[in-house]
Amino acid sequence: MFKITHLQELESESIYVIREVAAQFERPAILFSGGKDSIVVTWLAYKAFYPARIPFPLVHIDTGHNFKETIEYRDRFAERLGVRLIVGSVQESIDTGRVKEEKGYNSSRNRLQTTTLLDTIEKYKFDACIGGARRDEEKARAKERFFSHRDEFGQWNPKNQRPELWNNFNGKKNMGEHFRVFPISNWTEMDVWQYIYAENIELPSLYFTHERQCFMRDGVWLAAEPCITRKPDEVVETKRVRCRTIGDITCTGLTISEADNLEDIIDEIAATRVTERGGRADDRRSETAMEDRKKEGYF
Amino acid sequence: MDSKGYLDMELLRFTTAGSVDDGKSTLIGRLLYDSKSIFEYQLEAVKQAAASRGNEEVNLALLTDGLRAEREQGITIDVAYRYFATPKRKFIIADTPGHIQYTRNMVTGASTADLAVILIDVRNGVVEQTVRHTCIANLLGIPFITVCVNKMDMVDFDQGRFDDICSQFTAMTHRLGIKSEVRFIPVSAKHGDNVVDRSERMPWYNGMSLLQLLESIPIGGAAASGAESQPLRLPVQYVIRPISDKFPDYRAYAGRMAGGALHVGDRIRVYPSGLTSTVTAIMQAEKALDEAHAPQSVSVLLEDDIDISRGDCIAGIDGLQPQVSQSLEAMCCWFGPDALQQGKRYIVKSAVSETVGMIKRVEYKLDVNTLTETAADTEVNMNDIARVQLRTANPMVVDSYPCNRTTGSLIIIDPDSFATVGAAMIV
Repeated sequence: MFKITHLQELESESIYVIREVAAQFERPAILFSGGKDSIVVTWLAYKAFYPARIPFPLVHIDTGHNFKETIEYRDRFAERLGVRLIVGSVQESIDTGRVKEEKGYNSSRNRLQTTTLLDTIEKYKFDACIGGARRDEEKARAKERFFSHRDEFGQWNPKNQRPELWNNFNGKKNMGEHFRVFPISNWTEMDVWQYIYAENIELPSLYFTHERQCFMRDGVWLAAEPCITRKPDEVVETKRVRCRTIGDITCTGLTISEADNLEDIIDEIAATRVTERGGRADDRRSETAMEDRKKEGYF
Repeated sequence: MDSKGYLDMELLRFTTAGSVDDGKSTLIGRLLYDSKSIFEYQLEAVKQAAASRGNEEVNLALLTDGLRAEREQGITIDVAYRYFATPKRKFIIADTPGHIQYTRNMVTGASTADLAVILIDVRNGVVEQTVRHTCIANLLGIPFITVCVNKMDMVDFDQGRFDDICSQFTAMTHRLGIKSEVRFIPVSAKHGDNVVDRSERMPWYNGMSLLQLLESIPIGGAAASGAESQPLRLPVQYVIRPISDKFPDYRAYAGRMAGGALHVGDRIRVYPSGLTSTVTAIMQAEKALDEAHAPQSVSVLLEDDIDISRGDCIAGIDGLQPQVSQSLEAMCCWFGPDALQQGKRYIVKSAVSETVGMIKRVEYKLDVNTLTETAADTEVNMNDIARVQLRTANPMVVDSYPCNRTTGSLIIIDPDSFATVGAAMIV
């Protein structure tokens, strides 16, 4: 009898969702962060339309505080898949006065990128932005839809989301409204890593162990880079670390690790019981931090 | 769990339903916790939340209550999806609330499930909501129902109380003509009895624990809903046309297999046109396959240059053929805040095609507590389920819902708000 593995089934579901986006929307885009989840989504889009090119661009919101490895990888990956790349700059939003840079030790551009993202959506008139969010990442995301409706202010209203039955997605919208679409909603962190392994997808080197200048804050190792102001008692040390998620430098926690290949990473994840978002400083602000940011239009 | 082993796992989707306070969230919390799918950080947050609210015991239910509104009210108000895995299977739980006004959420959660877990508080027995959950599971074509008789610790793990509930439930399924296959498990979600491991406190029970059952119930994702033995259905989602130097005349029809199997060399018929052709290749990106099965996403190349576009359906040349019709009979669950309006022009959407449609007639409403028909009152409000006659502007390619859950289902969209206001299953 024919058997399909869970990864094949998840892949099929995600490709189905991505093809629905291409069929139902006029101007979709993939929001690309350089992290493994958006890399997997882009890879799935590549497979969904092969041998045609992905029929929409990659959009990267660059906080200006990205690891240089992320930017190099992004450019190389886009070129390899033959997909158009659009970059929205948070620095530009700051320079033009659209947003104000946070000050102090815990300042981050993570929150500011919401404005840059919404401005970029507006500028290119994107009506569907595909993202790599997963429902297992955080409690507020457990109820997120594949097709997540946003009002004209980019806001997410948890009480006004459309029911999703079977595989029947309703992408209809009024002028000015748009959708966020999450094709890998049903994947877990482990599924993502296993898929990368099974498909042999190249990743940014940051995911593998490397030597880095780091310092500890609130129990999390952060990169010693100029964009984070260190407190006087925060000592810089050289550590062997890797990233479990990649975002803006100011909120990417580093894991002490010797894992230099995918098998080791998978074993490490199977053994660990600290969620990957636990390393993200932005979620720790309050118990419902994610829900608050989502309502404002954060991814 | 080694890397290789994990690549061999299957996927089971199930839904959970229960009445208020019967311990559903605790049961899910228990499954996640005991299968080590809870991270320390999440557990720590729950401990802190419990402490700040003055609760002494760590409440496993808090692991699954997501949004702030629900936390404040202490109830779950929407479908939430949870994930856990064992070395054998990955599980997707559609966790739905049990309140009377949320039939629509249960329908949503049940629509993609291969199995339903129904909770019964051993002290309360089969209540109205149990009947409703069972009816909905049956209506949505879920092949397996597992009844967890919970809070066995509150009745000293008494076999008599468990047996009583099994017979009450079985009598109900016979009376209502439930087709799903039913199994019973005595559990204590709070203490973990028969959830992951077999309980030593109920030696009279010889069956499997809930997790053992979830790991062994037949699947293959699609096979559980009979998709494997179903007639071939491939709804065309998208036409891939690279128009490049390397692929000048390439034309592939992309979609997700909704039923049956497709092989290279098969003769196929396309609906609604009725044109026939032969499959020359089945592709998954660069990889050529010999055959495809539900629920795989593939793209298909045909021998003949025939006109096929999104919304068409590829079927086998023999066997049961889909219906092509503008008049449809369906069971419809209403989701919209405004009552169903007969004669209003709604948008009727199948997985990959849509048209304008009207509900010409409401034949009866289904009382999901008793599974009886009420013909007198035909005002269909939110959470009502009704048998309706639909008329569409263009012919729809459909099957009966028991034949195929994908091609047998439709959603109804309000053209003013674009909200999904109804879900219909073709009779």
